[in-house]
Amino acid sequence: MSPSTLAGLVGATLVGLGLYGLVLHPHPLRKLLAFNVIGNGVFLVFGIIARRGAAAGLSFDPVPQAMVITGIVVAFAASALAVALILGLYSEAGRVTLDPDAWTKPGPEEGK
Amino acid sequence: MNILPFLDILLASLIVTVAASTVVARDLFAAVVSYVAYGLLLAFVWIRLYAPDVALTEAAVGSGVTGVLLITAGKRLAAIRKAEPEAQPGPALKWLTGALAVLVACALAAAILMLPDVPPSLAPEAVTAASGPGAGLGNPITAVLISYRSFDTMLEKVVLILAVVGVWSIGKDAAWGNAPAPLGRSRPSPAMVFLAQILAPIGTLIGIHIFWVGADAPGGAFQGGALLAAMWMVAMMARFDEPPRIDAKWLRLGLVAGPAVFLVVGLAGISMAGNFFAYPPGFAKPIIIFIEAFMVLSIAVALPLLVAGPPSEGYET
Repeated sequence: MSPSTLAGLVGATLVGLGLYGLVLHPHPLRKLLAFNVIGNGVFLVFGIIARRGAAAGLSFDPVPQAMVITGIVVAFAASALAVALILGLYSEAGRVTLDPDAWTKPGPEEGK
Repeated sequence: MNILPFLDILLASLIVTVAASTVVARDLFAAVVSYVAYGLLLAFVWIRLYAPDVALTEAAVGSGVTGVLLITAGKRLAAIRKAEPEAQPGPALKWLTGALAVLVACALAAAILMLPDVPPSLAPEAVTAASGPGAGLGNPITAVLISYRSFDTMLEKVVLILAVVGVWSIGKDAAWGNAPAPLGRSRPSPAMVFLAQILAPIGTLIGIHIFWVGADAPGGAFQGGALLAAMWMVAMMARFDEPPRIDAKWLRLGLVAGPAVFLVVGLAGISMAGNFFAYPPGFAKPIIIFIEAFMVLSIAVALPLLVAGPPSEGYET
């Protein structure tokens, strides 16, 4: 099996793993981590397409690679915004749960 | 006998294991640490895919700066983690989600194994653009980023600025204009201080070097800028420096400098070279280095601000 096919299969596995974590983790920061794992999987799949598309005598196709670089930076920017929203939720409400039922029960702040 | 295939398989299984531990770890901090290790391992895969530029970006931004962001966030949330036990999903939901995840992964894997033999590619066009009269860059990735797909790269910087604006606007109204909360503890450990003293000067040099060689070798504005950003954050964690007030003039100028210079040069291309974002022949390389220098500045300012978070009350400098 060539290294690029192997990397593609790793990418597919990462998407699966990340999806599992994204759905099941109750904590929003853990969801964010899992979402980043999915993103990395997608980048890897894109990367092997870059490797395969080397039709011009290069060992890789620079276009998808450049887009992955752009993607990594944009993914970071989105994660930073998500972290700020989670911390903002905490400072407003005193907790970070996404469970809609939890909001109807008295929270740690309201007890005072 | 060639040992590379075995190393590939070893690396692949390591990555999947570490990614799995990121997803299933009980503790938030353990998950974040696994994620950083996993990002560094991914950088090795990118090297195996002949993508050293992506590997550098993944190691610096995907693993390093994202790790700092999540560790900082985890620390700020640490106080409540124990106070409120989260409802865990039941076994039925776990099995169902697991089945869905396996299905999606298998579908993707099948698609990868069945890709067409002669893949469609933009590589010839990109190579022509990179080696054409307007370029003269040895690194095709940099040529694609700044020349062939220049509009994407410019807009991506705009995305960074929008993210900074988004993060700032989450802060309280009363705190507007203040500095974000400090990154480090009020009394940083001696090890952190020592690390900052040794690493920050060397890392700054390496960052500038990576930017400078990026025209012809792996590297470039993203990777160099991310490294400079990381060094600034190390200095802030050791409390040699504090996050700046968000209404500082120099800060805002630095943030917009990259895309602004890029846009001005792009508009100048209409009159100078006959096309938006066209570079006059012979001058392309100095112009590209000029644009990249400002982009490095913008990235080095934007990334630490994204990590530092919204302006905070009570931390006025």
